[in-house]
Amino acid sequence: MNPVPPSPSKDAAQPERRGFLGVAAAGLAGILLAPGVRLIEIAQAAPTTAGADPKVRWGMLIDSNKCSSGCTDCVTACRTENGLPENPGPTGAQWIRKIEIKEVRTGKSQSLPVMCQHCAEPPCVDVCPTGASFKRADGIVLVDKHICIGCRYCVMACPYKARSFVHEPQTNQKPDVPRGMGTVEGCTMCVHKVDRGEQPACVQACSAAGHGAILFGNLNDPASEIAQRVREIQTSQLRADLKLDPGVRYHGI
Amino acid sequence: MRTREDTRNFWLVAVLAGAITAVGLGAAHYMELHGHVVTGMNNQVVWGLPHVFAIFMIVAASGVLNVASIGSVFGQTVYKPRAPLSGLLCIALLIGGLMVLMLDLGRPDRVIVAATHYNFTSVFAWNVFLYSGMTGIVAVYLWTMFERRMNVYSKPAGLAALVWRFVLTTGTGSIFGFLVARQAYQSALLAPLFIVLSFGWGLAVFLVTQSTMYAWEGRVLDGAIRRRMARLLGVFIAASLYLVAVYHLTNLYFAKQADFERFLLVDGGLYPLLFWAGYVLIGSVLPLLLLFHPRLSGARYTFAASALVVAGAFAFLYVFIIGGQAFPLEIFPGHAVSSSFGDGAIASYVPSLPELLLGVGGLGAALLLTVVGIRAFDFMPQDDFVSAKS
Repeated sequence: MNPVPPSPSKDAAQPERRGFLGVAAAGLAGILLAPGVRLIEIAQAAPTTAGADPKVRWGMLIDSNKCSSGCTDCVTACRTENGLPENPGPTGAQWIRKIEIKEVRTGKSQSLPVMCQHCAEPPCVDVCPTGASFKRADGIVLVDKHICIGCRYCVMACPYKARSFVHEPQTNQKPDVPRGMGTVEGCTMCVHKVDRGEQPACVQACSAAGHGAILFGNLNDPASEIAQRVREIQTSQLRADLKLDPGVRYHGI
Repeated sequence: MRTREDTRNFWLVAVLAGAITAVGLGAAHYMELHGHVVTGMNNQVVWGLPHVFAIFMIVAASGVLNVASIGSVFGQTVYKPRAPLSGLLCIALLIGGLMVLMLDLGRPDRVIVAATHYNFTSVFAWNVFLYSGMTGIVAVYLWTMFERRMNVYSKPAGLAALVWRFVLTTGTGSIFGFLVARQAYQSALLAPLFIVLSFGWGLAVFLVTQSTMYAWEGRVLDGAIRRRMARLLGVFIAASLYLVAVYHLTNLYFAKQADFERFLLVDGGLYPLLFWAGYVLIGSVLPLLLLFHPRLSGARYTFAASALVVAGAFAFLYVFIIGGQAFPLEIFPGHAVSSSFGDGAIASYVPSLPELLLGVGGLGAALLLTVVGIRAFDFMPQDDFVSAKS
C-alpha cells in the first residue's frame, strides 16, 4: 500500500500571504493618511496675502453704444500685451473676444467685448481643486500657474467662457505674463500694469481708437469715475441670474 | 489545482492587459510632451474621450460593489460568495478610472499638488478624498472577508463601504451637477441619476467578468443564481431609463431648455444617434429583451445583455459629456450671437487616437489588476458552482 503523500495544507501558505497583506495594508494606509497630515499643516499655516488692497474693487464698465462693430483694437492690444496667439484656432487662447449680438425679437444689433468678468463669487475659484484659481483681495481673479494641474474644471464652470486651456508648447513669452502648456489662463485685467498704476491694455487701446467704450477703475471708491457712472446710468451684468456679482458691467444691452 | 492550461491562459491575459496598459501610458506620455493639441479637445470641448472612459470606470466601480453589499449588508446568501470579486473589481475599476483622469490632466506631473493643495469648496477636491477613501475602505472590507479572525467585522466594513459608495457617486454626479453655468448639467438630479446608472453599469461589468471567469475555469454558473442576477440587472436598466427620461423632461419643462434638448435628442447629428441607438436601443431596450424574454434565458444572452449595457454606458456618457459641452453657452438670452471664440455655434470635437488609447489603457489597467488579483487570491465564488466536466 502506497502511503498517501501529505498534501500541502492551505494554511502553509498563510504566514507569507499574511505578511504580504500586512505590508500592503501599511503602505496603503500611509498613502491614504498623507493628505490628512498635510491638512493639519495647512490648517496651522498663517494665511497668505497677495498684497492687493482689500479696500479696492477693480472693475470695468463697457458701453456697448460706443463699441464699434468690426473694431477689434481691444482684442489686438490684449494679444500683444500678453503674448497671445495673433490668429487663434479652436485650441488657441482668447482672453478677450468681440461678440456680435442681435436681439431675436427686435433685430437690434450690438457689438461688445467679453472677457473674464472678475466675479465677486467666481465659480472658477469654487471648483478649482488645488486653489490655483483665486481671487485677489482687490477683486482680480487669476490663475496661479505653479499649482494649476490642468484639470479644466474651471473652464467647465465659467458661465462666460472666459478661460482658455493652453494646448500647445509656448515660446517667446512676455516676462510679465508667464504662460504654460497644460495650464488654464484667462484675462488678468492686466494685473501687472494695474499694479504699476496703469490701465489694462484693452482700455488703453479703446481710448486710443477714440471709442472710450471701456471704463476702468475702483468700484469701491465713490469718487472714481466708474463708481459715479455706475451710480448714474443703467448698467447690467452678464448672467445676472447666477448672482456672481461680476466686476465687469455693461451699459446699453 | 491549477493546470498548465490555466497558467498559460493567465499569462496570456496578463501580458495582453499589460500591453494595453503600456500603450495607454505611452499615449499619455505623447500627450504630455506635445500638449493637448494632439487630442481632439479644444477650448470649447475641454473634456474629451478620456473623461468618458474615466467617468464610466469610476461610476461602474461604485456600482460593482453592490454585489458585495447585497451579500454582507443585506444578508442575501447567493451574493455573499461573490463579495470578494465585487470588491476586487471595485478597486481595479477605480484605479483604472483614476489613472485615465490623472494622465489626462494638463500637468499630470503635478498630480501630487492635488494631494498637497486642497480647496474645500471644490467637488473635485472632495473626490480626491472620496476615491482614496473608497480604495482604503474596500481594501479593509476585503481583509475582513479573507482573514478569518476579522470575519465578524465584515458586516460593519460592508456597511461603511455601502455608505461611502453612495457618497462617492453623489460626488461624481455633483462634478456635473454643480456646474450651474452649463445648460447640460446644473441639475440636482444628476447625483441620484449617477447612483442608479452605477447600479446597472457595475452589475453589468460584474456579470461579464463572472461569466468570463466561469468559462475560463470550465465551470457553469447555477442557472437560478444567474437568472436572479439577470433580473436585478433588468430592474436597474429600467430604473436608469426612468431617471434619464425625468432628467430630459426636467430640462424641457422646468428649465425651458428646449433648444438644448432638441440638439441633444433630435437634430444634433451624432449625439441623438448615440443617445437613441446607442444608449436607449442597444444599451437598454435590447438588454431588457435579452434578460426578460422567456425564450432567451441562456447564459450567453445574459452575457450579451451585460456587454450591451456597458456599450450603452459609453454612448450615454459620450452624449452627456461631449454633447453637453458642444452646445453653446447662453450668455445673452434672446439674442443670436457670433464671435471668433465659438459663441453661439455648435462646437466640433473629433477624438484622436492618443486619447482613445489612454482611455482603453485605463480599461487595460483595470483588467490587469483583476486577473492578477484573481490569480493571487481566492476571488472566485466558491460554494455554488457545478463543474461542466462532471
